Amino acid sequence: MSAHATTEHAYVPGEIAKPNTAWIWKTFWVLVIITAIEFAIAFALTSPDWRTFRNSIFIVLTILKAFFIVGEFMHLKHEVKSLIWTVLIPTSLLVWLVVALVTEGSFIGETLSHMFSS
Amino acid sequence: MAHSTTLESSSTPIYADAPRTGTWDGGNEPFKASYGKLMMWFFLLSDAFTFGAFLTAYGMIRHKHGVFVGTADKFFFSTAHWPIPEKVFNGFPGLHGMDLPLAFVALMTMILIFSSVTMVLAVEAGHRMDKADVQKWLLWTILFGAMFLSSQAWEWSHFIGGSEKGLLMADGSVMHGANLATNEYGPPLFADLFFFITGFHGTHVFSGVCLLVWCFIATTNGTFEKRGHYEMVEKIGLYWHFVDLVWVFVFTFFYLV
Repeated sequence: MSAHATTEHAYVPGEIAKPNTAWIWKTFWVLVIITAIEFAIAFALTSPDWRTFRNSIFIVLTILKAFFIVGEFMHLKHEVKSLIWTVLIPTSLLVWLVVALVTEGSFIGETLSHMFSS
Repeated sequence: MAHSTTLESSSTPIYADAPRTGTWDGGNEPFKASYGKLMMWFFLLSDAFTFGAFLTAYGMIRHKHGVFVGTADKFFFSTAHWPIPEKVFNGFPGLHGMDLPLAFVALMTMILIFSSVTMVLAVEAGHRMDKADVQKWLLWTILFGAMFLSSQAWEWSHFIGGSEKGLLMADGSVMHGANLATNEYGPPLFADLFFFITGFHGTHVFSGVCLLVWCFIATTNGTFEKRGHYEMVEKIGLYWHFVDLVWVFVFTFFYLV
């Protein structure tokens, strides 16, 4: 079956290698700091005039967090290129779905609010 | 079956269960990943579309409804506009009546990020064939997963119970909390989307905890040590990180934006 799974870490009975966890904790702190920034922005920029700007920052930071979770924790950054694209290209199609339906939603709302006025 | 499709010379004996080696015969691995891991990736891709559809529906329905005009401190609950999330989610267990916007959801986010870290540590221990470490980190992940589920349960009961003040409805009655038909926070669809999106995510966390418990039992029994690798921990890890990833998006689009 999946015999190759052990090829990079040959198993020697009775001998356990030292843990290599520095990169894990680094990714952890990156995620914590990004989340903290998100909270700071949520309470600092409360004015309705800044709403669009604030939400764009949130979306950028969310995608940045997703990049670290998928790239490091799920190890996708270290997979072969074809696997990376197999996952990313279909997912990126969601961007268009969101843009199309959010626009559609605004349009429906606008239409309904003017339905009984001329 | 193997000998009917291979072009190798017939002088070497071919067994039905021998691994295939030809380029067009299954011997080539373009993704350099095992069958199980690839299938997990494809499952997660399809799951991403399910959650993507949920969140897109949220975006569409939210944009269909009116936006509250004015500053946050003048905000009031009404079915005429979409609620500001930090006015809805401002409770904390044991601190009744205090306005603590997004404090509890911050705690839940931290719990889930922590569980992701302990999950990677379990995978890392599996690479080193360190059974004791795998057990330790799996237990921590189960603990954080259970903590997250309990927090979710509190969040739901708080949301369903609502505030003492409630919302005066058109027929003169006062609505407390939320159900699928009406709620005190805003348009009916707001509560519906809350139940469906966080509920679907919570179901995923619950499935993840079940898988982790099974994985812990199998590790303790030495199943993976006998097998020679801890790939199962990796596959469940992929699923667990995906659940964390979904929460990152739910957190942004449901609680922050």
